[in-house]
Amino acid sequence: MTAPLVVTKRMTENPSSSHTIDVYEKTGGYKQAKRSVGMTRDELVELVKESGLLGRGGAAFSAGLKWSFLAPARPSYLVVNADESEPGTFKDRQLLERDPHQMIEGIIITSIANEVHDAFVYIRGEYPKPARRVQAAVDEAYASGYLGRGIFGSDFDLELTIHLGAGAYICGEETALINSLEGKRGEPRLKPPYFPAAKGLYMLPTIVNNVETISNLPHIFAMGAEEYGALGHEADTGTFLFSVSGHVKKPGNYELPHGITWRGLIYDIAGGIRDDRELKAWIPGGASAPWFVPEHHLDLEVTKDATAEAGSMLGSGAVIVMDEDTCMIRAAERLVRFFAHESCGQCTPCREGTTWMEMILRRIEEGQGRAVDLDLLVDVSDGISIGLAWPPKMTTICPLGPSAVSPIIALRDHFRDEVDAHVKNGGCPFEHRAPEVLDA
Amino acid sequence: MTLWSEETIERARGIISRYPEKRSAVMPLLYLAMAEEGHLTTEGMEEVARWTGMTPAQVQAVASFYTMYKRERTGEYLVSCCTSISCMLLGGDDVLHAVEDESGVPHGETDQEGHLSVEHVECIGACGGAPAVQVNYELIEGVTPEKARELVRWLQSARPSVVNTDEMQQLFGGRRSFDWAIAESGGAVGPYPAFQPLGTFGSEGEG
Repeated sequence: MTAPLVVTKRMTENPSSSHTIDVYEKTGGYKQAKRSVGMTRDELVELVKESGLLGRGGAAFSAGLKWSFLAPARPSYLVVNADESEPGTFKDRQLLERDPHQMIEGIIITSIANEVHDAFVYIRGEYPKPARRVQAAVDEAYASGYLGRGIFGSDFDLELTIHLGAGAYICGEETALINSLEGKRGEPRLKPPYFPAAKGLYMLPTIVNNVETISNLPHIFAMGAEEYGALGHEADTGTFLFSVSGHVKKPGNYELPHGITWRGLIYDIAGGIRDDRELKAWIPGGASAPWFVPEHHLDLEVTKDATAEAGSMLGSGAVIVMDEDTCMIRAAERLVRFFAHESCGQCTPCREGTTWMEMILRRIEEGQGRAVDLDLLVDVSDGISIGLAWPPKMTTICPLGPSAVSPIIALRDHFRDEVDAHVKNGGCPFEHRAPEVLDA
Repeated sequence: MTLWSEETIERARGIISRYPEKRSAVMPLLYLAMAEEGHLTTEGMEEVARWTGMTPAQVQAVASFYTMYKRERTGEYLVSCCTSISCMLLGGDDVLHAVEDESGVPHGETDQEGHLSVEHVECIGACGGAPAVQVNYELIEGVTPEKARELVRWLQSARPSVVNTDEMQQLFGGRRSFDWAIAESGGAVGPYPAFQPLGTFGSEGEG
C-alpha cells in the first residue's frame, strides 16, 4: 500500500532548492538523458511500453503505444501539455514550479526516442510563475549543453521552447493544443486522423504528452520497467498524483500508488471532512468525471478499471469533495457554467446545449424551476451525449460537451429529491445560496 | 511606420525565430502588443499581423478566442477572482463580492482612473488553496473576504510598480495548494502574464 515517492521525492527532500540544476544533478539528474543519447528508438519505445506507463493528462492512454504510432515523416515534434485547466487539478503546477529539470530530462528522453529536434512546452497563460521557473531551468540546461546543438556532446540537436497559452481550457485537448501552437484558434480537429503521432503539428508526426507523464520517464529509465511497474497496482503502474480539494481538512497534492480505496483517500490521506460533517458526494477525476456518492462508491478501489466499471474515470486525478451542506444544484450549475464558458463553439450540441443546461440549472436554483426541468436537462444532455453513457457516445468533435453532462447524470441518479425540493420550495433550501448569479 | 519600440521589435524577431512557422508566434506576439499598450488595439493587432504574415482579421480571430487577450482598456491591476467549483465550495463568490464592493468595480469592468479591473474567472489551478485570487496573474491562495478588501485598499494606496506573488501571499493569503518553498523577487508590471520567453538567447526578464 505504501509506495516510495517518485515524481515528488526530490522536492520533498530538498524543499527550497529542488528547482536548481545543482540539486537536480546531485540527486542523480540527467544521467538517464545522457544514457538515452546512445540508445535506439526501438529500445527506448520498448522500455516505456514495458513499464506500462499510462498518460496522466486524463485519457490514461499507454505512453509507449502512443510513441510507437509515430509516422515515418520528418520532422517530428514534441509538445508537452502543461495547459492544466481541468477544475480541481493543480498537480502539474507543483511539478513545473518545484522540479522543472525532471520534466526537461523527460523531454530529452522523449525527443531522442521520437527523433524530435524541436520540442515545445505549452503552459497555460495563468501560470506565469511556473513558466518563469521552467524557463530558468531551460536556460540552465542550455548552458550545460543538455539542450541546443549537440546535446551531451553527441550530434543530436534539441531546441526547447516555452509557449504560453492565453486562457482557453479547450487547448488541453491535444488537437486544439496543436492548432493553438500553429497560431490558430484553439479548436479541436475533426477525427480522423485520430493520433497527432500520425498527423499533428503542421500535419507532421507529433507526440503530445502531459507534464506528469513526461516527469515519470527519468525514473522509469533509472529503475527499469519492472521495478517501476511493481510500484503500482495491476494495470495502473507507477504512482499517481491526486489533487484533493473542496471540503476536506487537508487539501493538497498526494503522490500515491493506485489501489487504495476512496475512503482511505478522503478520510485517511486528506484528513476527512471539515468540522466532521457528512460526506455528500465527490468528483473522482476532475470536473469532467461523473460523480461518486458514499452509499455506493466509498469502498471502491481507486484504480482506472474499478472507476470505469462504476461509470466514471480517474481522469486528471482531481478529487473534489463536497459535504452535506453543499447544494447539488449550485455545484452542478457551477460545473456546467464552466463547460458553457469554455465551449469553443464549433459543434451545435455543445455550444447551445451547455448554455441551455446552465440556464435551466440557474432557474432551478433561483426558484423558477419546473417539475419537468430535470427531464429537460436529461433530454438536452442526450443531444450532446447519447444515452448519457460513460464513456460517452459523443455527438461532438471532442469530449468537452459530453463532460458537461456528468453533473446531470449525478442529479438524475442520486439527487432527484434535491431537484424536487428546489422546485417545491421555490428556490434553494440551503442556507448558503448565491447572493447573485454570475454570467459565464 | 512602426508602433513598437526597438526593444520590442528585437524581442519579436527572437520569438519568431523559435518557431518552424512564423504564424506560430502570434500568441507570444499578442502579449508583446499588450505589454506595449496595456491592452490590444486594432493597430497592435495589425502590427502582429505584419510580423506573422497573417491578415488582421486572422489575428483578431485568434485574439478573440482567448480570454487573456484584453481588447478593451484594462486597469494597471487586473484582479481575477476564481469562482469555479473548488473555490465556490469554500467561499470564492464572497471573495469576489468583497472585491467588487471595496473597489466599486463590478466584475468585467475597469474603474474610471484605469487603476483597477475586476473579473471572475474559471479554475486557475489553485484548488488546494481555495479560494484563490490573481493580480495580473500573480497568485494569492487562501483569501478571505476581509483579506480581499485589504488587498484592494493596498493596490489603491501602495500602487506597487511590480506585483509580486510571494509578497501578496504573505500579506493577504492563507492556506496554499502546496508548499511554495522557493522565494521569487520579480513579478508583473501590467495586466498580462509576467513571463518573458527565451531567456536562452538573452532578454532581460521581468520575473
